[in-house]
Order: sequence, then C-alpha cells, then structure tokens
Amino acid sequence: MELTRRDAAAALAAIGATGGVALGVRRATDDRGGGPGDDEADAAWDGEGPPDDEAVREAMTAVARVLYPEEVSGIGAFVDRFLDGRLDGSAHAEGVRAAVAEVESAARSWYDAPVAELSAAERDDLLRGLGADTAEEDPGGTAAERVRFFVVNELLLALYSSPTGGELVGIENPQGYAGGAESYQEGPR
Amino acid sequence: MSGAESVGDERSEAEGGADEEVDRTPVPDADVCVVGAGPAGALVADRLAGDREVVVLDAGPRFDPADRLARQERAIRPFYGRPDVWGVGGARDAHENAGDWFYPLNHARVKGIGGSTLHWQGMVMRLHEDDFNSGTERGVGPDWPVDYADLRPYYAEAEKELGVAGASDNPYAPPREEPHPMPAFEPSYSDSLFAEACEELGIDMHSVPNARNSEPYDDRSPCVGYGTCQPVCPSGAKYDATVHVERAEERGATVVDRAPVERLEHDGDDRVTAAVYATPDGERHRQAADAFVVAAGGVETPRLLLLSDSDRYPDGLANGSGHVGEFFMDHLFAGAGGTLDEETRQNHVGFYTSACDQFYDEADAEQAPFKLEFFNYAGPSPVEMALTGDDWGDPLLERLRDGYGNHVAMGGLVEQAPQADSRITLADDRTDDRGNPVPQMEWTVGERALDTIERANEIQVEILEELGADVEWVAGPDATGPAYHHMGTTRMSDDPDSGVVDADCRTHDLDNCWIASSSVFPTSGAMNPTLTIAALALRVADDVEARLSGM
Repeated sequence: MELTRRDAAAALAAIGATGGVALGVRRATDDRGGGPGDDEADAAWDGEGPPDDEAVREAMTAVARVLYPEEVSGIGAFVDRFLDGRLDGSAHAEGVRAAVAEVESAARSWYDAPVAELSAAERDDLLRGLGADTAEEDPGGTAAERVRFFVVNELLLALYSSPTGGELVGIENPQGYAGGAESYQEGPR
Repeated sequence: MSGAESVGDERSEAEGGADEEVDRTPVPDADVCVVGAGPAGALVADRLAGDREVVVLDAGPRFDPADRLARQERAIRPFYGRPDVWGVGGARDAHENAGDWFYPLNHARVKGIGGSTLHWQGMVMRLHEDDFNSGTERGVGPDWPVDYADLRPYYAEAEKELGVAGASDNPYAPPREEPHPMPAFEPSYSDSLFAEACEELGIDMHSVPNARNSEPYDDRSPCVGYGTCQPVCPSGAKYDATVHVERAEERGATVVDRAPVERLEHDGDDRVTAAVYATPDGERHRQAADAFVVAAGGVETPRLLLLSDSDRYPDGLANGSGHVGEFFMDHLFAGAGGTLDEETRQNHVGFYTSACDQFYDEADAEQAPFKLEFFNYAGPSPVEMALTGDDWGDPLLERLRDGYGNHVAMGGLVEQAPQADSRITLADDRTDDRGNPVPQMEWTVGERALDTIERANEIQVEILEELGADVEWVAGPDATGPAYHHMGTTRMSDDPDSGVVDADCRTHDLDNCWIASSSVFPTSGAMNPTLTIAALALRVADDVEARLSGM
C-alpha cells in the first residue's frame, strides 16, 4: 500500500503542522546551504553537533523503513513531506534533531556508519540497543525515552494517523485524521 | 508551531511577551461582574453585553486556537494525561479527597476561557419532566422550584445558542415545540448492528442531540471526523463556550483571563460589592459592579462562597442555609462491552449517535433514572495502540489488526440522589498557588444509584448477548466512575433554610448575586447537564437584566 502526499499532509494536519508553510522555509534554508547546525555549506553532516535538516531526513527515513510494515511503499517521500511540516522553528523540531543526533551517535559508535548506511537488521538492533523499544515516550526523559518520543513514536504517529496507515489496520478515518463524518456510517469495505 | 510539547501552558509569566500588554485592571462602572468563562458565564455575558457594562473574570488562561491540533497530539500521545491537554494541574488546581469515593477532579474540568466545554463530549439532552419533581414523583430528593414548563422556552433558546443537531424520533423525550436547529447525525454502522438486537428484545433506539455541527452552523465548520471530541475538537464543530465569550466581547464585554477570584465582598445591606481577584503579576484588584453572577462550576462556586466568609456570614457567603457545598452529585457510569466475530467500524468519530431512554421514567424510590448509550468508539484506537508496546514493523501491524476492528460497547448514566454528606468543603491544611484553602472532595454514592447501575448492566449485557458479542467487561457498581458532571452544591429552593439560591438562581442571602451553574440543581436526573446549565444561564441573564432595569 503506497503512502502518498495526501497521507503526509493528513499526518501533518493531525498533529498541528502545516507542510506548505514549512516547505517554503525549507527551500529558503536549502538555498543558503543547510539547516541549523550546518556550518559548512554543501558539506554532508559529519556526525558532530546538531544534524542539519538533510541528515535528519535521511536518518528518519532510514528508521521509518524499519518501523513501517513491509507492505508500505513510498516511505521516503512520505517522511520527507511529513518532516517539511515538523522541522519548523519549534521546540519540537529541536527535540527531533537532538534525538536523531543520539541515534546517529550510537550508529557511528557501534557500527562506524551513519544510520542510513546500516542494514535493516542493524537499524532494528540499533533502536533496540538504544532502548527505544521498551522505553515509554518522554520528551524530557532519558535518551531512550526521547528517541521513543521524537523518532519512533513521531514516525508511528505520522503513519497511523494517515488514511493509508489507518487502512492498513482497517480504519480509513483514523483518530487524528479529518476524514469526514460519513465513514462511521459505512459498513465493512 | 508543531509538536505536542511545543504548546505553551499560557500560565507562566515567562511565556509570551504579548501577555505583558494585557490589561487586567478592573473595569470602571461595571454593571455586571461574571465569575467564570465557561458556558454559563459566557451565555450570561453575551446576553447582557449589548445593554450593560459586563466584565468576566476567569481563573484560567485564554487558549490559543492555533494550538488545538497540538493539543490533539497530546490527546493521542501516551506521554500526556488527560489533564495535560488543557494544562490542568499543579498548585493552582490542587485539591483533596476525603470521601468514601475518590474523585479525579483534575480529569473532570478545564480552567480557562471556554471552561470545561473545551474538553466535553458535547451531549445536550433536556431533563425529563419528572426530573423537576423528583420528590413528588419518585420520592427522592426535593422538587425543583421550577418545572419543565418554566425552562422549556429557555431549552429551545439554548439549543439555538449552542447549535444542536438532533431529531424528534425519541418517544421518551419531553415535549418540544420545534425541531432542533440542525438535523441529527446519521446512525453509525454499529448502531445498525445494535438495532437488530434491540428489535428482537423490544428495546427502542433513537437519535441523540449533539452540540456538534452536522452542517455548517453559526459560522463554524461541520464535523470533519477528527475523532478526538473528548478532549479536543480541532475543527470547532463541537460547541465550546469560546463562541459566546467572543460574541460577548464583540458586544462590548471585557473578559479577563488568569484572574482567579479569591473572595466576594459585601456591604451591610446584603449586597455584594466587589470581586477580589489576583493577576499574574502578583497584584490583587477589586472589581466592583451592581450585579454579580457566579458561574464557576459545581466545585469552585461553593469554594468561592466558602472563601468569602465574613463576620456577617461566618460560615461562608450566601450560606445562611448551611448547605453551600453539600449535596455534591455526579452521574455514575454503567457500561459493558465485548467483541463480535465481524467488523464493527469503531473510532471513526468520537461521539455517539444512538441511545435508549426507554427505562428512564421507570424511576422511583428504589431505581434511579438512567439512560443507555450505544458507543461508536468501543475498543482501542489503532494510532494510540501503535505508540505503546515494544514492537514495530510487521509485528506491530499484526498486533493492531488483532486489537482493532470488532469491538462493541454500551455506556449509560445513572442519577445520584442528593445527600448532605457528599460535599465540597475547604481543606484545613492545604492551600493553592495563591495561599487559599483548596477544595476538599467528599464524594459519597448511595445504594439506589449502585443498584441502578446493576439494572443498567443487565440490559446492556442482554443486548450485547443478543448481538452475539463475547462480553469481556462490565463496568458495574464496583468499577463505576463519575461522568464529570459537578452538580448540587448550591442547591435551588424556595425555602431559604433548604437551599442557597431561589427559583431565579439568585442567592437567598444577597440581593444582587446569582449563581449560573449545575451547582443549583436540587436533583440531577441522568441527562448530561450542560443544556440545562445553558437554559438556566439564559434565564439568569433575563432576571439580572430585569432587576437592573428596576433598580
């Protein structure tokens, strides 16, 4: 089942960000060579300091490929579009960047490679090694709890509050998605 | 701004430089001072604002409408509890529990502009005729000093003000004079499953009135199905009292947020002279007015009166009867649920569309009135399930598919009879952020309500079994809880020795002080109280205007 731009927009609408506005910000940011923490234009993030937006996108997409079920396609564009709205100037965006830095730091320490270059099994092990599977989300908690909040649950919230994510489970109008006041009247599809 | 944790609590001084610009000083020459910007206070203010100088003081903040989606994220994410969605809790909202039953007060209220309608479910039934004559008709509690006929025109007005979607298909509802302002929401798919079972059993189903737009109304959106009605509607389709606060302000009223009223002062002629309130800068102010309307809900209203004791009123203002704070009531939840071997299409919306009032008026001294509800949100929400657990990928999807899809459930509300030892008092040794004694809950529930919960459970289980459900849970007398409807603590009575306010909701002891709240309910019935609160508030506004005109 393919995730679409509509799914990403729906996920953003569900959690209070507007992708369109933020998209403009991103382009302006790209024009000047990177996002926060990127001191050298055109240089890839080297794992030191806060990751720039592109590094966040790469890492989040790589993690999403582990978190999302096999039958989902279109993950890269979905995550990219979703992050257009989330990587704004909010405290939340800073939390995402900091949590991604934690994940990247562990990846480079344990596997000597960025998250995006790890195999799916290694990414799964990485997240479990960080404790993000058993941790309860907490934006101000331990590293595991912050990774659970800003990375794992961030991506699961995006997927399962979207119409395609909902349909995977059997609900095309999941909680958080403004899917109208008709589907509740309809029988099984 | 995105992100649940990016929402400001609008309570700390450090937040928002713009707040420095807010003028919270008293309004000169005010005619009416309203305490509380929930539905009652907002309706009173709106009704009077055109002709009168009205000021509204509320303890909580003015919430930014732009944060509603982020509040919805809080409602979905497991890190946040229900009180976190609207910033309830902390020293401001401290309270004590000292009764037989624990009362989760901070789950049951929102402080701020809009009050608890910000998180309410939005169900708006009229009380039944016998509810106003419970003593005579059922042998339980006092009769109200007003009856259904007195409130009937105000009910109709309240339905228009709030915007109610409903139909006239309920043979058990009290008589009404005209259709609801909007058509009812269509029944759900699961309603159709219940309907077959109920037909077999001779149990009637009918629509329910929702304060939720089934079509565009009052420049607000129709419901778009976010599915998080309780605790937050991002679309504005569900009525909340910010509607009337904004309208009152447009008509000239002054609404001051973060201005907790700490006491009411009076003169030697038994007239309230001023509301003393605090502001975030640590200052205290006196708002003088000709008339005062206390609309702070069933807990903070009696608390304010008790805090306002004086030499003339040593037991609390307006407490000549000694009943301020007594007879605290809530509705008791009765429910049952389980699973079917077929899809039931739950959690698309956060409200219910069918109910059964068939058994309501069987009530007598032994059985309380009760109503039954057919849920559209039985079982877990997949997105909420997805955020807990130690799995992801295919195993998570498998768990979600196993957990979602075939649940059914029924709920119901049961009346609690008034009893003096179920009450709100002031805590002896605990104070809030301003140094004022916090409310102490002493909630006690009698046998009649508990027996009636069992009766409701019997019917619910019978329906579920007829439906072919595997009944997996029953919320009976041991598992019941409150519906977050605070009632009874400044009861209405013609007799000054028996009640706090008269039939006009004006305090017996003070000539220029009214109470607009479910706290005036002498008995509670089993219908959600807000439409009755709204009807009484409109009636209070008319009485205030009449008396001001006659002054």
